[in-house]
Amino acid sequence: MTGAAAGLALSVFLASAVEAVEAFTIVLAVGTTRHWPAALAGTAAAALVLAVLIAVLGPALTVLPLGVLRVAVGGLLLTFGLQWLRKAILRAAGVKEKHDEEAIFRTEATEAAAAPETPGFDGYAFAIALKAVLLEGLEVAFIVLTFGANQHDVGLAAAAAGAAVLLVLAVGLALRAPLARVPENAMKFAVGVMLTSFGVFWGAEGAGASWPGGEASLPALVAVVLVAALAMVGDVRSRASVPAVTG
Amino acid sequence: MNPRRALAAVWDFVVGDDWRLALAAATAIGVTALVGAWWLAPLVALAALFWSLRDGTPN
Repeated sequence: MTGAAAGLALSVFLASAVEAVEAFTIVLAVGTTRHWPAALAGTAAAALVLAVLIAVLGPALTVLPLGVLRVAVGGLLLTFGLQWLRKAILRAAGVKEKHDEEAIFRTEATEAAAAPETPGFDGYAFAIALKAVLLEGLEVAFIVLTFGANQHDVGLAAAAAGAAVLLVLAVGLALRAPLARVPENAMKFAVGVMLTSFGVFWGAEGAGASWPGGEASLPALVAVVLVAALAMVGDVRSRASVPAVTG
Repeated sequence: MNPRRALAAVWDFVVGDDWRLALAAATAIGVTALVGAWWLAPLVALAALFWSLRDGTPN
């Protein structure tokens, strides 16, 4: 496996795990307070939609010329990555509220309990689970398609995403609790760094630039983006006069 | 979903909180296409992120 392929797999795995944790919290909340079969049916329906999306768009994207693909997808990935990284930096600096899966679980469970009961199949649990998995999963599908198409390996990207989702599901179902101890914010920071680095790399390459050392320059680029992002955390924290967040 | 809402959802999904970062991403790649220098894209992207954070941080 090349360095770029390993980077692809790691980025997709981390992004998918983070999104799966968020979706799992909501499915767990409606499943435990309402109706497990309906919540699981909503989850399965959303997973099917996402799988079809990747199966249809993946091969279609890889047909495009590599230069065009890298400019278009590199640009999208860079846009997406900068947004992820911006939020992650604000969270790490203590300016933006961090994700708290236990709090989200309590809110979702309270809302689910308050919603009117329906006889037979629970449409509420189905709809909430479907929406949660579809919304979180769309980000995963986007990352799988962009990374996979650029490397001409949608299969590897989809496998990495599938492994992350299965791992989260296995741990979550074993614990039957929100996965609050997953270092979600640190993972989002890492994903933001990876998306930005790959977006810059592929976008510039597609635009005609030659990276010194080719793909070998990717780890250095990731390191530069990481160091710059950490420096920006320090800058934001100092200007916002927020006490350092430990842990 | 009507087309306007669909477009708004796509915009929110891809562009997110700060549209200037999307503009910076396009600029980074566009300028690289004109000049052909590999270092321009990371420089423009990181500078845009820095300024976006400066604007978005409460003092």
